[in-house]
Amino acid sequence: MRYLPLTHADRSAMLHAVGAATIDDLFVDVPAEARLDGPIRDLPPHASELQVERQLSALARRNTVAGTVPFFLGCGSYRHHIPASVDHLIQRGEFLTAYTPYQPEIAQGTLQMLFEFQTQVARLLGCDVANASMYDGSTACWEAITMARRITRRGKALLSGGLHPHYVSVARTMARFTGDDLHTAMPTLDAGTDVDALIDRIDTDTSCVVVQYPDILGRVADLSALADATHAKGALLVAVVTEPVALGLLKSPGEMGADIVVGEGQALGVGLQFGGPYVGLFACKEKFVRQMPGRLCGETVDAEGKRGFVLTLSTREQHIRREKATSNICTNSGLCALAFSIHMTLLGEKGLRGLAEINHAHAVAAADRLAQVPGVELVTPAFFNEFTLRLSAEARPLVRRLADRNILAGVSLGRLYPGEEALANGLVVAVTETTTPEDVEALAAALQEELA
Amino acid sequence: MTMNRQGRVSRPEVEAEGVATHTGNRALMLEEPLIFEIGDEQTSGVDLPCAPAKAGDGRAELRPSPEPIGALLRRNPIGLPGLSEPETVRHYTRLSRQNYAIDLGLFPLGSCTMKHNPRLNEKMARLPGFADIHPLQPQETVQGAFALIHLVSEWLCKLTGMPAVAMSPKAGAHGELCGLLAIRSALEARGDAREVVLVPESAHGTNPATAAFAGYRVENIPATPEGRVDFAALKARLGPDVAAVMITNPNTCGLFEPDLKRIADAVHGCGGFVYCDGANFNAIVGRVRPGDLGVDAMHINLHKTFSTPHGGGGPGSGPVVFSEALAPFAPLPFVEREGDHYRLVEEETAGEHHAQSFGRMVAFHGQMGMFTRAAAYMLSHGADGLRQVSEDAVLNANYVLRRLEDVLDAPFAASGPCMHEALFSDDGLAEGFTTLDIAKGLIDEGYHPMTMYFPLVVHGAMLVEPTETESKAALDQFIGALRSVAERAKAGDQSLKSAPHHAPRRRLDETLAARKPLLVWKDAELAQAAE
Repeated sequence: MRYLPLTHADRSAMLHAVGAATIDDLFVDVPAEARLDGPIRDLPPHASELQVERQLSALARRNTVAGTVPFFLGCGSYRHHIPASVDHLIQRGEFLTAYTPYQPEIAQGTLQMLFEFQTQVARLLGCDVANASMYDGSTACWEAITMARRITRRGKALLSGGLHPHYVSVARTMARFTGDDLHTAMPTLDAGTDVDALIDRIDTDTSCVVVQYPDILGRVADLSALADATHAKGALLVAVVTEPVALGLLKSPGEMGADIVVGEGQALGVGLQFGGPYVGLFACKEKFVRQMPGRLCGETVDAEGKRGFVLTLSTREQHIRREKATSNICTNSGLCALAFSIHMTLLGEKGLRGLAEINHAHAVAAADRLAQVPGVELVTPAFFNEFTLRLSAEARPLVRRLADRNILAGVSLGRLYPGEEALANGLVVAVTETTTPEDVEALAAALQEELA
Repeated sequence: MTMNRQGRVSRPEVEAEGVATHTGNRALMLEEPLIFEIGDEQTSGVDLPCAPAKAGDGRAELRPSPEPIGALLRRNPIGLPGLSEPETVRHYTRLSRQNYAIDLGLFPLGSCTMKHNPRLNEKMARLPGFADIHPLQPQETVQGAFALIHLVSEWLCKLTGMPAVAMSPKAGAHGELCGLLAIRSALEARGDAREVVLVPESAHGTNPATAAFAGYRVENIPATPEGRVDFAALKARLGPDVAAVMITNPNTCGLFEPDLKRIADAVHGCGGFVYCDGANFNAIVGRVRPGDLGVDAMHINLHKTFSTPHGGGGPGSGPVVFSEALAPFAPLPFVEREGDHYRLVEEETAGEHHAQSFGRMVAFHGQMGMFTRAAAYMLSHGADGLRQVSEDAVLNANYVLRRLEDVLDAPFAASGPCMHEALFSDDGLAEGFTTLDIAKGLIDEGYHPMTMYFPLVVHGAMLVEPTETESKAALDQFIGALRSVAERAKAGDQSLKSAPHHAPRRRLDETLAARKPLLVWKDAELAQAAE
């Protein structure tokens, strides 16, 4: 077998060296009734590279590839062009096959990259500090809610109706076990966000308000008044960003007063990947750093006085604190953080701003065109690269029919909020630099036919 | 001394063998500044496509709206330096060369299973049919992706002898949480409010952290002098308040828990559940099925046993297999097969026949990219190859144990063979010499150190897991290196106290890092102002 270097002669010599007659002698601690006498039945034997490639390629061919059709899906996962050097660099074995940098003398590559990543994330989100990444946006969001509980010693969290329903769902699952008191809401199919409604509901039991920016329907709203109102009641503002490219054009949540800003970093460098692995972003004000979950990389010096980096403040973490840790999280999303960071370095500030402007311009042009289709109405006038349409028919079956015509039209609100009649005609459409005018024309024409 | 643009020392001169270099570099060992020191906000390594003509002069403006939102446009600089493409490639290539990695050599980290990462896995994960599909595409357009998830699920169930698996947990610790939440849901469903989870004192720190996060009080179970769970003590503690026992098997001392079946029977007899930490599954894959030992839930680190890359700290992937008793409580979403068709069971459809699920743990469906890699690995090895994996992993570890037990104290060596990892202690080192010194000495010999100071039940623990992907020659060279370092530590060789001498950095001041946390880069004026 190509991954196993031991030869039969090696095995014999080594068994002899350890004083065992057969390999079974090394498994003597396994009770006899639990020992399998041969390879597990019902599973195939080993296969060559060629055979494996054939089998998996056949499965891959059964999927409609985003890059081959007019494609408009977003809602927490965005398709952007990834420069070729990103994927090349993350496949360098010294990054790909390294472990968590617990031995800093021989892990400065990963550590310096994480330090740069933390700085990029903190600046992009408008915060003082950021950690070395989380599993994804949804788990980062829940960790932010628990962090707000630890800081304020209050258990009531207000979740905006504009928060991604999967993120709400994750928080709801966890809160059932932790006892956090979550107040959730449904989004409304109109132009306004629920910022004002949230302001009215904050009280002195509130630990945090969680608001997504841009929200699940693509709407953007100024968070400054919400931040002030939250702080006036001694609560924290948690902002969630699922499309970080937006922050190349829009003010960051941190600038508007958010205390904790979390996000999904997938849009930069990582790719769609059917939902994972992604990279959770987590940033906050400096005064809260010791309540942060996850790994942190910090600058220090070595015995010769040279600058170097180490994982630090690990007294918050599970391997030291055990049952008293700030979180049970035990890893970050290192390689995805690397991809994010490389893409960000390639773009730079100028490139990110330019990319954001192009995304917005493409989206504006697409919204204008689609709104001309009879039976289509734009319901979110203020947006970045994603907007919501109200169709004259239910959106979910229509999206399925368009998929049959090889057009991936967007995410229907019926998929995200099944059974919610008020939302059933909503279609969320994402447009990025990868979307061509021909794609938009194809969607417009198909909508026109379907809605006629 | 070299100063960067902000006046910080970026490349202090280095004296190697008494010979200083102008750059601070030492031939192939290249110093690399931070992007914040070499890049600037006006440089970009990306040529952007042009905006469509319809957007006017190419300059985007936010659409007019009922509220004036021009105020939301960024006015202040973000502070994100860019590099040209050649500079970017060089920056990260130089950084990469300061890392140790499996691709460079044996990586003996106990309980981490740092095995070879096949490149076929990477190629398969990058097939556009897997990499370039959106998690919310209509289900009819991603049948191949569901089939792939189902394929991995089936392998995991058959390899563990368990009837169900939750694929969505993002990493091992997340899988642990998944298992404990299922256990708590099952207990709540029968109106049984239990408060305690028992964890052996040798357990990895995530076990107690996870139990606490799931709302349980953690109590420790002692180990026997032979390094196993003390069955008598555990049995004595069992009662109606015990929700679960969390056990690692093979355990963190590298030993199989021969009493696991008896433990499971006793726990089940008291109405509790058995959670097995599957971090060490590599030792038994293909030879033992945890389902045959009475396990109710076990996470499987795909980045350990199934060779998906560790990536410098993630992403991981931690599917959880479940017994019949816990399967109904498994999280959403999951993939179900109906003939040749696959469907995703989500909140919407769970009510039909999965109403007891404890809910969603993550957005979307889990670590698809890791499933693809694991699938490539499983299919490559097949049932026969995977059995050979555990046999070679165990053989390699025993070889290391027996070849080193004369020079390093091996506290459990007398009790029989180890599984996939060999455990040593610091007993017998010269006065003032520690496990840390041995670890740092190994770095100079060209190896990543073994796991240090874990498990906690052994003083100055050194846990060595060679894995099955090392040749005998590679093991012999490693054994020679560790033997040499151990002998120096026993002889009191002072040069070991300041090791490593040849790594990109000498020992780093971790106390300083924690006392004055510097977590993001600040330019010199800001940094001084903060002093």
